[in-house]
Formats: sequence, C-alpha cells, structure tokens
Amino acid sequence: MQGSVGYNLIFAACVCLVCAVVVSSSNVALADLQDRNALLDKQRNVLLAAGFADDDERLTPEEVETRFELVDQILLDLDTGEVIEGVDPRDYDQRAATNDPARSRIAPDNAARVQRLPDSVLVYEVRDERGQLDLVILPIEGLGLWGTLYGFVALDDDLRTIRGLTFYEHKETPGLGGEVDNPRWKSLWVGRVAFDDKLDPVISVVKGVAGAIADDPYAVDGLSGATITSRGVTNLLRFWLGPDGFEPYLTRLRQNKGVG
Amino acid sequence: MSKSRDALIDPLFNNNPIALQVLGICSALAVTTKMDTALVMSAAVIFVLLFSNLFVSVLRHLIPTNIRIIVQLTIIASLVIVVDQVLKAYLFEISKQLSVFVGLIITNCIIMGRAEAYAMQNPPRMSLIDGLGNGMGYAVILAGTAVLRELFGSGALFGVQVLALTSEGGWYTPNGLMVLSPGAFFIIGFFIWAIRTWKPEQVEQD
Repeated sequence: MQGSVGYNLIFAACVCLVCAVVVSSSNVALADLQDRNALLDKQRNVLLAAGFADDDERLTPEEVETRFELVDQILLDLDTGEVIEGVDPRDYDQRAATNDPARSRIAPDNAARVQRLPDSVLVYEVRDERGQLDLVILPIEGLGLWGTLYGFVALDDDLRTIRGLTFYEHKETPGLGGEVDNPRWKSLWVGRVAFDDKLDPVISVVKGVAGAIADDPYAVDGLSGATITSRGVTNLLRFWLGPDGFEPYLTRLRQNKGVG
Repeated sequence: MSKSRDALIDPLFNNNPIALQVLGICSALAVTTKMDTALVMSAAVIFVLLFSNLFVSVLRHLIPTNIRIIVQLTIIASLVIVVDQVLKAYLFEISKQLSVFVGLIITNCIIMGRAEAYAMQNPPRMSLIDGLGNGMGYAVILAGTAVLRELFGSGALFGVQVLALTSEGGWYTPNGLMVLSPGAFFIIGFFIWAIRTWKPEQVEQD
C-alpha cells in the first residue's frame, strides 16, 4: 500500500488540503488587523511629516486616528492637479494603481528612476478653522541605493518651505543610508526651502554640512557614507516637486492663495 | 529522562546549529543589528521548529519516503506563512524590519535539517524537545550577536540609548562594521572560536 503511486497522490493531496486550510484561515482571520496596521502606519507617517507627531512618541491607534482627523485626504489628477470628485480617497490604493497599466503610465526618463506614474495621486491638506490652507503633505518615492524609498514631504502654506520629511519604507543600509529615518537628520529639513524664486525645485542634499538656513536655504546635510542614498533623496524630491510630479497641483494652490 | 535532557541542552553549546553545524547563517547575519528583531526572529524560528518537528514526527510512519522532502517543506512553509501573518497583525513595526527574513525561515537549513534528521526517526515528544533545544541554540547565538552589534553599532540595547553617540553630542563613535552584515560574520566567528576553545572536542581533525 505505502509506496504506491496512488497512496503518494492521496497523501500529498491531504497534506496540501490541510495546509491550505490553515494558511488561508490564518490569512482571513488576521486580514482586518493587518489592513488596519498598514493604514495606521501610513497615517502616522503623514502625521510625522506634518510635525503633528514625534518619532519617539508611542501613539496608540486611537491617538493616531484622532490626530489624523485634522488632515483632509484629497485625490488629484496628477496631470492637471485638479481634485477628482466622486471617489472616496480612503479606498484608493496608490501603490496598486501605480502597478496597474490601466490606471498608470510609464514615467518619462528621470533621475529619481521613478518607473511608473499613477493617473491619480493621494495628497493630504491641513486647513485652519477658516478654511485657509496651513500645509500640504505629498507622497514621494524614488530609488536609493538598494531599493525604492517611500515617504512624505510636508510644505508650509507659502508652498515653498519644507515643514517636514519622512520615509516610511526603504531598504537602505542600516547606519548609513538607513539614516534617512533618523529623527535628527529629518529635523534638519524643517525650514529649508524647496523652491527658488523662479519656483524651480532646487532643494538638494549636499555632501558634508549645509550652512544656516538664512545663508543656504536650499541645502540639507548629506548622510555620511551614503552618497547614493543622499543623491536619491535629492532626485526624488526634485522629481515629485517638479513638472512631472505635483507642479500642476502646487501651481493651482499658489494661484488660489495669490502667492505665485 | 537524561535522553530528553540531552536533546534539549546539547544544541545550546555542544552541538549548536549555528556554531557547530554552521546552519541558518543567512538570517543570523540579517536580523541581528538589533535585539528586538533578533528575539522576535528567534521566537518565530522556535515556533516553526517546534511544530514542524511535531507534525513531521506524528506523520513519520505515513509520509511516503520518495516525497518526504516536499511534504516536510509544505508543512514548514505553511507554518512560516502563519507566523508571518501573525507578526504582521500583532507586531507590525518589527515585522516591517524583519521584512523578507520571516518568509526566508522556510529555507532555514536548521528546520529542514531537524525534520529530516530527527523528527523522521523519533517520537513526537522527543521531537518537540529536540525542536525546542535547537531553536534555543539558534536563539542563543542570535541574541549574543545582536547584543554586541546593537551596543557597538548603535550604542543602544533594545532601542534604548546606552552609549551617548558623538552625533548626539556624546563620546561614543559607533562602529560602522557592526551594523553591516560582515560585522555579524566576525562576531559569529569569534563565538565559534570561543566555543571550540572551551570544548576542544568540536575542533575538526584535518
């Protein structure tokens, strides 16, 4: 009996069946918790970029949700920068859309090595009680040394000054390029200016130490031992703040505010 | 009784899966930059090892010899997926840092090795003990490596700053080698040297 082809097939089928049931039930049972974790992680990072939360703060899920109520999620048409009505931004998965040929396109050649651009992008706005824009938080991504860095950059209401920057996912070397998520380095970005007087994105991560904000507004200290990661951060910021990225949206906001 | 004690204690130093058999090195290099990732990874490996040994041992008379490896692998892979799902649900931050290395437990030679070499021949209770012992042997080396790497590489333990770093205005300049994988190679090498000096019978005759 044992050793016959029939026995082998039946045994293999039984093992597969049991394993499949175990694996899929664990997946189904835990999916809600996992989705919530992923969402909270993203929201926490939006809050970090906006300066509404600190890196060493251990926020409970409820705290993240309460603070996130200050933030409006807005779905934009990337080309025109206009708001897309009629779609709930909370249901939009930008990563999935970027990989879906029907909802994205191949990006023009760029230094940030962004491969595909989604048709619609999710941005975050914070407005004060009178409805005046206080800050915008934009998703950014681009190639570092080992892989894609995903993060957010927050701009002040003048739409030129950086309020904060954070990376929530990257594969850089711990201690070198991995320092992109070091709170001390991230704090260096606050107050630096992303756009020059002609509104070109000129912000760059320099080699060595940048000067004081007043003398050297467009530069940020480099990460030592991480030239390629530093260059990647420069490239991805310039890409997303430039014409192929959020320029149409930022131009619209500037016109609305009369600061352009 | 002493046989089960041996199965539990032997893999710690006398027959350590990493230090003597030099198995499971890949993850030992990858996840030991910090204590918390090293400990969670160890717990995950211990869990998988316990249950893969148990199930393989329970089924050992039923598993057809010519497809036994793929049956073992199916059991191991399913356990690893369950562990990965649980970590993503309950320890999201750490599972983000462990990233692919949880999935790679499937390819950890310690687990396949124990299933094939021990659980296929021994009853479930002894296999459980053997799984626990080998898992602890893995954990001991991981924890030892992670203590040194986190302390000298980041000046911290469990994420709490112990040595004040120069970049934060302190006195300690972190050792860059420690946060890179080669740092773990050196440390594990020193561990192997230390264990073989203590237990000279482990030294291979050439």
